Amino acid sequence: MTLTVKEKKDVEIEISEAWCKGCVICVDYCPHDVLIMERGKAKVANLAACTACMLCELHCPDFAIVVRDKSKE
Amino acid sequence: MFNYDQYLRITKFPLIWCPGCGDGIVLKSLVRAIDKLGLEKDSVCMVSGIGCASRLTGYVDFNTLHTTHGRAMTFATGVKMAKPDLHVIVITGDGDATAIGGNHYIHAARRNIDLTVILFNNHIYGMTGGQVSPTTPKGMLASTAPYGSMDHTFNISGLAQAAGASFVARASVHNGVQLENYIAKAIQNKGFSLVEAMSPCPTAYGRRNRLGAGVDMIEDLKRDAVPYSKAKKMTPEELEGKVVTGIFINEEHPECRSEYQKIIDRFQKEK
Amino acid sequence: MSEKSNGKARVITGNEACAEGALAAGMRFFAGYPITPSSEIAEVLSAKLPKYGGVFLQMEDELGSIGAIIGASLTGTKTMTATSGPGFSLMQENLGYAVMTEVPCVIVNVMRGGPSTGLPTLPSQGDVMQARWGTHGDHQIIALAPFSVRETFDLTVRAFNLAEKYRTPVILLMDEIIGHVNEKVYLPSEDEINVFDRIRPTGSLEEYLPYEHTKSRVPAMADFGSGYRYHVTGLAHDETGFPTNKASEINKLMDRLDQKISMNREDIIDFDEYMMEDAEIAILSYGSTARSSRHAVRLARENGINVGLMRLRTIWPFADEEIKKISEKVKLWIVVEMNRGQIAHEVEWAVAGKIPVFKVNRIDGDPINPLQILEKIKELANVQL
Repeated sequence: MTLTVKEKKDVEIEISEAWCKGCVICVDYCPHDVLIMERGKAKVANLAACTACMLCELHCPDFAIVVRDKSKE
Repeated sequence: MFNYDQYLRITKFPLIWCPGCGDGIVLKSLVRAIDKLGLEKDSVCMVSGIGCASRLTGYVDFNTLHTTHGRAMTFATGVKMAKPDLHVIVITGDGDATAIGGNHYIHAARRNIDLTVILFNNHIYGMTGGQVSPTTPKGMLASTAPYGSMDHTFNISGLAQAAGASFVARASVHNGVQLENYIAKAIQNKGFSLVEAMSPCPTAYGRRNRLGAGVDMIEDLKRDAVPYSKAKKMTPEELEGKVVTGIFINEEHPECRSEYQKIIDRFQKEK
Repeated sequence: MSEKSNGKARVITGNEACAEGALAAGMRFFAGYPITPSSEIAEVLSAKLPKYGGVFLQMEDELGSIGAIIGASLTGTKTMTATSGPGFSLMQENLGYAVMTEVPCVIVNVMRGGPSTGLPTLPSQGDVMQARWGTHGDHQIIALAPFSVRETFDLTVRAFNLAEKYRTPVILLMDEIIGHVNEKVYLPSEDEINVFDRIRPTGSLEEYLPYEHTKSRVPAMADFGSGYRYHVTGLAHDETGFPTNKASEINKLMDRLDQKISMNREDIIDFDEYMMEDAEIAILSYGSTARSSRHAVRLARENGINVGLMRLRTIWPFADEEIKKISEKVKLWIVVEMNRGQIAHEVEWAVAGKIPVFKVNRIDGDPINPLQILEKIKELANVQL
């Protein structure tokens, strides 16, 4: 997945530690390695790389990750 | 960001399903489909049977009915026939719908009653600890198939098609958006609409068959998925182990309740 | 139910009277499956329901039939199914579901010879204990038993009123004789019948507790689609309707489900007494067998033996207190029923040995005839009186 030129995204990612079950699906889906696993929970490691493609939020089975694309709101 | 909360009974969270189970992804696609169609929450009635997937009805803010094992479609038929303006959605699993519920499944399809059936296919009885199901692939292990499942498996979508369903599709949790689109089409279809949702069970099925965690099983689904258009040109050997996704049937058939309404309109005294 | 009628005499069967009674009670959804000797109920309703704006549905089996009537009832519709022994056996799990989720509906069992395929065209009363304990787990149930075509109409209406009033399934125990016998009847017109409708909530969605531990023990029941989006489950649940494993909540639910019926036994239990004023021997009977018993009472009196009949119209909950009271006035009981003494055992339990309880039974498919009862009366009169 080559990174095309992308304009600066104003994105917020919120992860619920209580609901995340550490299934790694979000990390697996993220095309830009924004997320990592830490102590069995998902964690934002590289927010700048996020393009708000929503794949993580779409496929998190536990409603534990929310991606807010400020530029769209 | 999609606002799921407006459709959920948040106080019941977190979800009961195991880490990596795909059922939560189907729930998300279902909620987005309902939102896309702009359905009033009061007008949605969700009916589930017994099994992991069937616990879904406890988490959603609709008229919800958690029935007995295998019988969800009969309760749903009663709801729909008595109050046709309700959007009735059935939540069921491969065991719930095609083993104990098989007779009701084919008859609901034969009647072509306006129900949207979301059938979570995880190839196993998850809730009860991993027993073999009518869709456990041959040779795969289960708690009651310690030497490998021996029986031929049901083609769930084929069953509905043969019985008379007017909308039959299969999708998988590896593609939540496609699942959402098919569910929305299924709800819109005025007749028996089946969406078979492939959803992996890492705990009971994945672990026993060394298929890795949920995320690995979802990767496998991505790898094995074949669009219906392509699958039509493939040989049975080439399709071995593949998961054919797509809309198999999308036809207009007379719908049970609407046909019955014609009888009421003809005979009802001005009561 | 008074004997008033709209003046038009009709000659109909018990099965037809059951169908008419259901419509008069406001039943607008029937789901059933063919089975002798109850199929006529379905046949009549398949023709009549559309005229009332109602829905008839033949399902693929009895499991589907009771599943459908429970689903339909949740939309606020009065619903019914009708079957016989084999089908009634298949309905047990969902009957328990309707008890646990407190969904009003009426299940008619036109009893035939059992067990198994048994005697499909011949009468029996062999399912009365199944009506009480057929479904698994501790529970209460209401079951009524008519003994004539007119009373079948009346008790069908009563079954719906009790189902709606106590938010529970009610079983109507007919037998093949009652189902198929033709009798001249004067049926009351719609306005002569009082019909009870379930209590619906009036407060807000947030406040609504679908399984509230109310003083009456009968919580209000909202119709699906009416704005009270609530959850219905067969799992043990708390007052909000959601699953619970907390012992205290489970006890509260189980107590309420029991008290809902046991606290209201006076309203539910119903029987009549025939020549009991000076009776020394009391016959207890119900359903079609009670007709032979009445005749036997008259024959016995002609032979100078003071016999009376207590006829149960409500089988469950059982009239044990009332039987205890009568036991203080009579010398012995004879329980007459087309099974091997299923209700006789309940009478023995209630009487607790104070006076003897004898049985007259028949399970060969023939009805018990009055002379068979008279013979027993004479035999006991010489010995016991």
